[in-house]
Amino acid sequence: MEVFLASCIVAGTPLLFATLGEIITEKSGSLNLGVEGMMLMGAVIGFLTAAATNSALLAVLGAIAAGAAGALIFAILTASLNANQNVVGLTLTIFGTGFAGFLGQPVLGTSVPAEVYKSLKNFDIPLLKDIPFVGPVFFRHDVLVYVGYIVIIGFAFYMYKTRIGLNMRAVGENTAAADASGINVTLYKYVHIIIGGALAGLGGAYLSLVRVPVWQSDIVNGRGWIAVALVIFASWNPIKSFFGAVLFGGLGILGMKLQAMGFSISQYLVDMIPYVATIIIVIISTHKRKKESQPPHDLSVPYFREER
Amino acid sequence: MNFIRVTKRDDLPVRMEVIIRLVAIVLSLIAAGIVILVFGVDPVRIFKSIIEGSLGTTLRIQQTVVKAVPLIITSLGIMVAFKMKFWNIGAEGQITMGALAATWVALFMSDSMPLFAKLLLMALASMVAGGLWAFIPAFFKAKMGTNETIFTLMMNYIAIKFVTYLQYGPWKDPNSNGFPKIAPFPENAILPSLFGVHIGWIIAIICAILIYLFMTHTKKGYEIAVVGESTETARYAGMDIGKIIIIAMFVSGGLCGLVGMIQASAIEKTLVSGIANGYGFTAIITAWLAKLNPVIIIVVCLAFSMLIQGGAYIQIAMNVPSAVSSIVQGIILFFIMGAEFFLQYKVGFRHNEAKEVA
Repeated sequence: MEVFLASCIVAGTPLLFATLGEIITEKSGSLNLGVEGMMLMGAVIGFLTAAATNSALLAVLGAIAAGAAGALIFAILTASLNANQNVVGLTLTIFGTGFAGFLGQPVLGTSVPAEVYKSLKNFDIPLLKDIPFVGPVFFRHDVLVYVGYIVIIGFAFYMYKTRIGLNMRAVGENTAAADASGINVTLYKYVHIIIGGALAGLGGAYLSLVRVPVWQSDIVNGRGWIAVALVIFASWNPIKSFFGAVLFGGLGILGMKLQAMGFSISQYLVDMIPYVATIIIVIISTHKRKKESQPPHDLSVPYFREER
Repeated sequence: MNFIRVTKRDDLPVRMEVIIRLVAIVLSLIAAGIVILVFGVDPVRIFKSIIEGSLGTTLRIQQTVVKAVPLIITSLGIMVAFKMKFWNIGAEGQITMGALAATWVALFMSDSMPLFAKLLLMALASMVAGGLWAFIPAFFKAKMGTNETIFTLMMNYIAIKFVTYLQYGPWKDPNSNGFPKIAPFPENAILPSLFGVHIGWIIAIICAILIYLFMTHTKKGYEIAVVGESTETARYAGMDIGKIIIIAMFVSGGLCGLVGMIQASAIEKTLVSGIANGYGFTAIITAWLAKLNPVIIIVVCLAFSMLIQGGAYIQIAMNVPSAVSSIVQGIILFFIMGAEFFLQYKVGFRHNEAKEVA
């Protein structure tokens, strides 16, 4: 059980990064459907940087920069040039898929340098790792899992306890009012879209550097879309997104686990659960209309000052 | 941003509109060229090969048309939903479910049926299945106001995973030597060809005409456009908005479902989980670029299928990954979408700005 839960966390970590990124993007009022594309960009740049430099740190930074660059394209087109967010996001996914497919071609099937893999892998936290149950589940992981914990706590603090975080949510809830109260709406959107992309890139790199560590062009395999679903599942809450990511990550390996235990259930049917669950949550939250589980009011609404 | 003044354009001469669009396309090609160059490939050769590969011989032109067919019909379907500002991102799943229904008819109904009876039945089944798959999110949108973007998106993956399940499980062909494949279609379930291309191209043209007439010459089409413009107006005029949403989405999903039947019958000749092959997403972009106009949709989709077919060609001819074509697609799109801004707004520098601020 402990082992299974620990591997659920590992399976959930790429989802977690991408989901946290999309939460911050959506909270500031933008729906970026390019998560899959940005994850792929991060995955391939992270992998190539690792292969070229043998440095885990540079690989991770490269992946973050790649995801952020993809998000910057989205930000310019939607926040400055008023283009439709759905269309730009989907285009970003096409672009990212091509980007990763092309750049990854020469290294197809090769592994991450052992040095990089090792320097990220298995870093047990002293003391905490010895707590019964909690230690083996939460604190005997690779470095990036801990980075994920830090980002969750950081985001929760930022969103709910800081002035800037409040402003950011104001932009997503009521852009016009935020603008009127003197918040630089465009700047807020840019910054949060880019942070979102950076985290998607990091999620991609987690796949190519730690989780899979062999380059394959379908490495992200729809996880970007699961992240979009997870944002709703977690009702835009970073702490809930952790449980969502672990749950959805766990579902990704549950079928095989059950088969190993002698149950005959198709992994493909299990794979449907996250999507069905998300739909059910969308329906329930719309039905209940509880304030905290609603999408940001001005999500995906184009804002142009001169048009009010 | 304060020193730049952006104002909404009232009327833009057609000549200017064309110039801005052309400038955007030229700039996008230059940008794509630079990116390709950075990646260490000669961009001029790539562009030449994309054109050669998509238009160079009769066979290649036929291949380009084959790729345009699903794109055109899906774009038309998406157009109907988008006219209503219903963000149907679920075409991928509607195509898949359409293909699933067509496959059921093809494989499990009498083999002795005459060709056209069977094909007609397959088409009908696929449209109903695609329509029903779109009906589900439409129903919840109409009754409760759920967010359709996410709902339709999720429906895609449920459809695809379900077909994957069938492919690996209950529908696996016992004669496939263990490969997870569904049995190939019998002869009487395969679309015939005309001029070297399966008759899907005729279906696409018919669909374009019908949808054009539906949107411009029928009461329902008009109502869909009104709901898209303003639900307030529609409600004030006494329209039943929920009913309109459901009907429009049924039409939208039905068209996408038909694409599934065409692809399964003419291209794959069986059902595979990747039957929709990203057409459902690309069609969102083409429908949008065509400004939701059925005639322009045909033109834009042909241009896109040139890029797709050309990409497949450079993979074989130049040994350059076809992914290049996705990069080129992406960059061209980014520029065209950016250019839209300059079509709608006038950008100028603010004069005497210091005084104004003070």
